[in-house]
Amino acid sequence: MGYEPQADFGTPEVRDGAPVTLAIDGRAVTVPAGTSVMRAAAECGGAIPKLCASDNLAAFGSCRLCLVEIDGMRGTPASCTTPVAEGMVVHTQTPRLEKLRRGVMELYISDHPLDCLTCSANNDCELQDAAAQVGLRDVRYGYAGEDHLDAAADVSNPYFDFDPSKCIVCSRCVRACEEVQGTFALTIDGRGFASKVSAGQSADDFLASECVSCGACVQACPTATLNEKAVTAIGKPERSVVTTCAYCGVGCTFRAELKGEQLVRMVPWKDGKANHGHSCVKGRFAWGYANHQDRILAPMIRESIEEPWREVSWDEALRYTADRLNAIKAQHGARALGGITSSRCTNEEAYLVQKLVRAGFGSNNVDTCARVCHSPTGYGLKTTFGTSAGTQDFDSVMDSDVILVIGANPTDAHPVFGSQMKRRLRQGARLIVIDPRRIDLVRSPHVQAEHHLALQPGTNVAVLTAMAHVIVTEGLADEAFIRERCDLDEYQDWARFVSDARHSPEVLEAVTRVPAGDLRAAARLYATGGNAAIYYGLGVTEHSQGSSTVMAIANLAMATGNVGRRGVGVNPLRGQNNVQGSCDMGSFPHELSGYRHISDGSTRAMFEADWGVELDPEPGLRIPNMFDAAIEGSFRALYVQGEDILQSDPNTHHVVAGLAAMDLVIVHDLFLNETANYAHVFLPGSTFLEKNGTFTNAERRIQLVRKVMEPANGYEDWEVTQELAKAMGLGWDYAHPAEIMAEIARLTPSFSGVSHERLDREGSLQWPVNEAHPDGSPIMHVDGFVRGKGKFVVTAYVPTDEKTGPRFPLLLTTGRILSQYNVGAQTRRTANVVWHEEDVLEIHPTDAENRGVVTGDLVRLASRTGETTLRALVTDRVAPGVVYTTFHHPATQANVVTTEFSDWATNCPEYKVTAVQVGLSNGPSDWQESYEAQARRSRRIEAEPAE
Amino acid sequence: MSQLVYMANQIARNFAAQGEAVAIAQTAQHIRDFWDPRMKAAILAGGEGLEPLARAAVEQLRNGVTAPR
Repeated sequence: MGYEPQADFGTPEVRDGAPVTLAIDGRAVTVPAGTSVMRAAAECGGAIPKLCASDNLAAFGSCRLCLVEIDGMRGTPASCTTPVAEGMVVHTQTPRLEKLRRGVMELYISDHPLDCLTCSANNDCELQDAAAQVGLRDVRYGYAGEDHLDAAADVSNPYFDFDPSKCIVCSRCVRACEEVQGTFALTIDGRGFASKVSAGQSADDFLASECVSCGACVQACPTATLNEKAVTAIGKPERSVVTTCAYCGVGCTFRAELKGEQLVRMVPWKDGKANHGHSCVKGRFAWGYANHQDRILAPMIRESIEEPWREVSWDEALRYTADRLNAIKAQHGARALGGITSSRCTNEEAYLVQKLVRAGFGSNNVDTCARVCHSPTGYGLKTTFGTSAGTQDFDSVMDSDVILVIGANPTDAHPVFGSQMKRRLRQGARLIVIDPRRIDLVRSPHVQAEHHLALQPGTNVAVLTAMAHVIVTEGLADEAFIRERCDLDEYQDWARFVSDARHSPEVLEAVTRVPAGDLRAAARLYATGGNAAIYYGLGVTEHSQGSSTVMAIANLAMATGNVGRRGVGVNPLRGQNNVQGSCDMGSFPHELSGYRHISDGSTRAMFEADWGVELDPEPGLRIPNMFDAAIEGSFRALYVQGEDILQSDPNTHHVVAGLAAMDLVIVHDLFLNETANYAHVFLPGSTFLEKNGTFTNAERRIQLVRKVMEPANGYEDWEVTQELAKAMGLGWDYAHPAEIMAEIARLTPSFSGVSHERLDREGSLQWPVNEAHPDGSPIMHVDGFVRGKGKFVVTAYVPTDEKTGPRFPLLLTTGRILSQYNVGAQTRRTANVVWHEEDVLEIHPTDAENRGVVTGDLVRLASRTGETTLRALVTDRVAPGVVYTTFHHPATQANVVTTEFSDWATNCPEYKVTAVQVGLSNGPSDWQESYEAQARRSRRIEAEPAE
Repeated sequence: MSQLVYMANQIARNFAAQGEAVAIAQTAQHIRDFWDPRMKAAILAGGEGLEPLARAAVEQLRNGVTAPR
């Protein structure tokens, strides 16, 4: 694809209006009622000059360039703010309009630097285009008057500059910050000629303001006022490729814009069905890791982790790896081998890794990083609804009347969807937040939660059971829905259970610390407020009762009839870009693709016939079980693709012991990550910019990932897995990921209608895509639950075994921050570190004062499993007794502190509840010092022998 | 108490509210569905520390009793 800006129709699309026919410059045009004259003209190819209008912003009518004449109407109305009417006759080009437009342009240009030839937006500037469009030839006012040309540029943001000397004060940036992003960081300061765009307070620059660097203002700016530093440095892009972001589970579509082989910028694509042209600081700007100097491009091997790495050819690395895998298999059996698929890699790559494990290694010891995040979602929603996925598309939220957010922080972890949710909240939807921490959604500009239930960490099930108690005992359940759609006996058992006085909000308040009155009010609002949707994240799943909480959420949705239509549902917000997809692809040790149990003979037979091997009918090991088995001696070799288990998995000491006990650890990644410190083979990985395939986002949307540039390491990740399989003797011969997807579709009923060719044509598909749902399924369970009758499951509150006490009196809960992503392997290697260069510990003022801690102090964070040190941030965002940190930095390694306790059904770690003590510290912990030394030793690469 | 015994007890505790018979059957089925063979063998070989529901589930597992899915 070449480089052209996406078409801008000036004002937002109107979909629901009755057809209206009008004449524009003699052409008959039919558009929905409510459409602007500007948009109607643009849709029929007659673009009206404009500067303040953009089709992702509400019409503003400020620039006075889009004036038109309309028969029977006085004056020259702005076409952006004038709606179409039946029989309207519009003239967009008349001598009167030409004169007016030239006059307007003269005013703009009289206060604009005439440096087009050296401007970073030269030939990519709407002001320049508009001047040409109106035929501007001179400026009668001259350039000697008062102007803004000496206004100083603000270069504080690491990714874009703000040059007010080029600003035409069209307010597009301000409106984008409000309407698209919902942050309200920008404003127009001053009046009249003194009007200027201002970030935050007048003393702030962009970096110091509330700006979240989503890029919406840069995208909206019609001039070079807000422009990417990369464009200034490299120049205007000349070609582009549309692809899918590799950060969070929102799955934004971007256009990668390049000059030659050099990526200039990532621009959100308006046709992206998950993001509708919006982005966040990660996807928009934080792609510099792709060519970071730390990236390893040559394969490396070593006999033991005490040795330095030795660079070898791909042939040698693959031969060595295959020989060692085959030898271990021969000596210890197939079940001594296993692999981990990556939620950052494509569906096709995850599928191949699990196929290699099952068909090549000969075991079912395959797991995925979803083990440590959303495995309870898979278990809970499959049990209750019949399928392991969320029920809605993102756009469904625009039909919600009540939004319940539990254990999720959308504005930080799923920012683009967070912005959409805030848009709906500003329209009037009502918000309930259940979270021990006061997340931004609780109170931010023009958004305020009606109820914030700041529960004690670990008591989700108790809170949800108390809500169910209110709904059932106050007669708020939707009995008609339940009778029609759910198993009535199971409902009655559940209703009896939750109705018991032990589960009333008043009794459970002692456990949950949520005032009973607040909880009752929140339950009533959820049950009676109209369309009610639940959004949840890892604050639900990463508990000893993660699966129970997911089922308790499903119970609430069924009891109130909030399933099966727009605006309602149960929505897991997936952490990584392809968590949904990696789970769909058979990455769990007990399931083949499409969530079919390995013990099911007919499913197994289908795969055995296709793959030409016999499959083990027994489930394999989950990740934590792999470490246990390695220490015990029965698990000897592990292939890890795109996952840093040492940093991300709980109880780091235990992970280290497990990895150190293995004979062979193969890390396939971009960087020498923490896990690689214990690896014997390093296979260089490729970035999402360097590969073809598909990702599946949190709304089950399958989207193409298109290769933007050739892999710097020589191979896409699926090719590396295929070469390893071939070296082990498997006759794989895929020429392109499209062929892998064809196999997935052949073997997976929910994917039977999916192909790369169709995705390329249609943009995306939401599974299931099959005979029953040929065009996919934006909303699930519309005519009935996938499992037949919805299943109510009694979910009793079982307290975690992780208890506070005199030694460890505080509860630690962990999470993530907007600018960093997961273990930080990518974002730590970008300028995003300006916002978060280290993990900090949030602690309540009371707890801080009791310990003599002030913000900025180095504190020791200790649990019964380990200790680390980090800096304190004193804030009432956390409740007394609760502390919070992130896990983005290996130097902190928050997981040294977390425990091996896990969800009862899935072993998803209990990251969210660890009993800890906090005290002042004067330096790194012993563990941090010894780990740092070990990491440095382990990362040595043997110098090439002198010639 | 071994890690596997802890896990079995935890599973049983979470099924307990569904009544004794169901809890025992569901616990046994859960282990059958999700545990690797070496884990099953280990819990069958040594169940010291198992609580009553989990112990009964392990007995069902030993006797090959299956619950409907």
